[in-house]
Amino acid sequence: MLEIIKGTNIDFMRLKKYSFAFSGAVVMIGLYAVFQIFTGGGNLGIDLAGGTSLQVRFEQQVQMDQVRKVLTSGGFPEASLQSVPGENIYIIKVSAKGGGEKMVGEKVETLLRQGFPSNPQTVESVAEIGPAIGKKLRTDALFALAVSALAIIVYLAWRFEFKFGVAAALATFHDVIMLVAIFYLLDREMDLLFITALLTIGGYSLTDTVVIFDRIRENIRLRKRSTFSETINLSVNEVLSRTVITSLTTFMACIALLLFGGVVLKDFSLALAIGIIIGTYSSVFVASPIVARWRGEKMVQVKR
Amino acid sequence: MWKSIWGRATLIAVLTATSIVLVLPSLTDILPVAWTEKSPKIHLGLDLQGGVFLRLAVEIDKAIENTTMRYADDARAIMREKGIPVFSLAKDGIDGFSLTLPPGDFADRAMRVLKEEAGTIDYTLGSVTSSGATIKGRMPPSEVQAIRANAVTQGVETIRNRIDQFGVREPQIIAEGEDRIVVQLPGVKDQRRAIELVGKTALLEFKLVDEGASVEEALKGNLPEGDQLLYVKNVDPQTGRLSKTPIVVKARAVLTGDTIKTARVNFQSQRGGAYVGLSFDNRGAQIFDRVTAENVKRRLAIVLDDTVYSAPVIQERISGGDAQITGSFTAEEASDLAIVLRAGSLPAPVKIIQNVSVGPSLGRDSIEKGIRAAIIGAILVVGFMVVYYRFAGLVADVALIFNILFLLAGMSLLQATLTLPGIAGIILAIGMAVDSNVLIFERIREELRSKKTVRASIDAGYDKAFWTVVDSHVTTLITAMILFQFGTGPIKGFAVTLSMGVAINLFTALVCTKVVFDYLNARRPMQALSI
Repeated sequence: MLEIIKGTNIDFMRLKKYSFAFSGAVVMIGLYAVFQIFTGGGNLGIDLAGGTSLQVRFEQQVQMDQVRKVLTSGGFPEASLQSVPGENIYIIKVSAKGGGEKMVGEKVETLLRQGFPSNPQTVESVAEIGPAIGKKLRTDALFALAVSALAIIVYLAWRFEFKFGVAAALATFHDVIMLVAIFYLLDREMDLLFITALLTIGGYSLTDTVVIFDRIRENIRLRKRSTFSETINLSVNEVLSRTVITSLTTFMACIALLLFGGVVLKDFSLALAIGIIIGTYSSVFVASPIVARWRGEKMVQVKR
Repeated sequence: MWKSIWGRATLIAVLTATSIVLVLPSLTDILPVAWTEKSPKIHLGLDLQGGVFLRLAVEIDKAIENTTMRYADDARAIMREKGIPVFSLAKDGIDGFSLTLPPGDFADRAMRVLKEEAGTIDYTLGSVTSSGATIKGRMPPSEVQAIRANAVTQGVETIRNRIDQFGVREPQIIAEGEDRIVVQLPGVKDQRRAIELVGKTALLEFKLVDEGASVEEALKGNLPEGDQLLYVKNVDPQTGRLSKTPIVVKARAVLTGDTIKTARVNFQSQRGGAYVGLSFDNRGAQIFDRVTAENVKRRLAIVLDDTVYSAPVIQERISGGDAQITGSFTAEEASDLAIVLRAGSLPAPVKIIQNVSVGPSLGRDSIEKGIRAAIIGAILVVGFMVVYYRFAGLVADVALIFNILFLLAGMSLLQATLTLPGIAGIILAIGMAVDSNVLIFERIREELRSKKTVRASIDAGYDKAFWTVVDSHVTTLITAMILFQFGTGPIKGFAVTLSMGVAINLFTALVCTKVVFDYLNARRPMQALSI
């Protein structure tokens, strides 16, 4: 039998003051980032902020500062430029931030055509998003996050009990905020795909949390330990190998996506990969300790 | 025991056969037509096959305003014909206007003429003073309502007409809410052209040039009453440079595009330039005949969406009901112009508020990369499971392959749309699919450690893990459903593959794997399990 994790007996509950401090700090950064985003800061994707994005393939190699120069002279000094490694592809983004025109795809195309007459380009994709759409998508995304949190609390309150539901929802919220914090610190772009990643990671982390809660419930019924904290420790240790292996397989899938999935999915798979680590961490170090604090050490049975 | 095993095995076999029949048409083109023709297929999203997604805001207020002002121009022209002088014409909200008459005894007569000859609009007599009188015209609310109701439905109809003539396979043009239209054009190659074609209002008007007015004065803002300053578009055929020449025309259109019967592209043999030939319907032909007869040697401007394409001199009366629009067109431009003229103008101008265009090469690239990532991800996961769980891992891997097969079959059956994030959803589902089996196998290992028999351990492992698996799947499903509800296009595709993958996983991980172990145990109780 090949085993990565064998008969561990880690005192996870003793580590909770460190984990709470760490999580608390990162969540604060995350909340700051969310505040920034809603007051017009943060690196929002053009699908959420409104603006224009073009992916242009040049026939021959071209230096980034040349492209930048052409864009600046054409009236887009604030355009963001990203090159795709190994290919003559540039992704040009003009945000609608700070007013100005939003649908400038054709203008940028003409500009490049005139700026590089001897180096023909193909426009591989264009996205032009008016500000009204961006605003609608922003509120939709927020709404989706809120509704899923609520649905999860209701389901878990029904399957376990209210406190478990809230703890799981808090852990999920923690994961989402932490992922926002990390992307904010890395100055990565947050777009609709990022929101999708947030919801996916929410679901994933929840799965992890539910598996541990399930074991806690079983161990309370079997009265294997005398206090709740000890029961949690036992349960987390018992399912630890599963937690690690599942995270590993899902993580492998995400890494494949990150390395081979192409430029469109790059940030998305990065968010998923980071999120899997956070989700695993939070179900062990956030969700269970919250239940323990809230419920106290009494071994009250959990309904089945 | 055997009965239950064979029952489940048969179910799996039937599902597999059905799935293969469903999936194959989406994967290959070499099947007989009889098979592929009627079978549902997985659609590729715009991000994978390339194409254009447009969201248009219909400017209904503008349509109301334009219609009102057209009535206002008519009213003024009628009064002029009857010898009633009009001092000025002004806009009054979006659905009203006011006419100011000079001092004198015109008000009563004007009201009578207007009520008789310019129906539709409600007229009321405003103040009558020594300096003149005002007549207010307002569009009746029922009429405004009709324009409002018509603007989107008719817009959808017109755009569909244009797209059909342009030639796009399976376009989707739907109204969204009260004032939005969503246009999806999969596989369109010439994207800028398609966008032009959709977004053009294409209001064609014929307006007489006011030869007496001075262009210089008009540019300074001194426009004669009832006139309009427009620009003639001119493209230099050598340099491709666009120039605009101002021109003053009578604001009232003598003829509009709704009288056009057909429009087609023609070529001038000498210069090789393309032009659009029009023929009017009976009413249009009559008006055109009268207008040309009355205005020989004067210029008639051909105006499309407030841009003058040409302003030829009327050489003689034109009675046949045929006209030409010349200008510096390329063949493509002329052909597109003919299309929009045939399909008619949009009842209200539209503004593009969202445009996502993906070139076909990027789409192909995305599919290739996505599939490659999926295969590599699957190999990693499958390999890991075999290394870690040996024989049991192999069983889980077979279940995983079933999972993917059933997922693709389900998508074909529902004719779901596969998008790039959708491929990511499949890859993620692959990673998560083995989770159920990991849960079960870890449980079986625990039971084996407590010295139970292999068979009892397997049964207990499946039993105890069952609710954990269900709970964890339901939570994932909840988030996927919400994603589906709120998400657009590509993200919806992600929610579809992820949620279907997870739901099917319940069956493959719990049923498909168990039947293998049950079969092995039924032949002869297993003494050892390679797990």
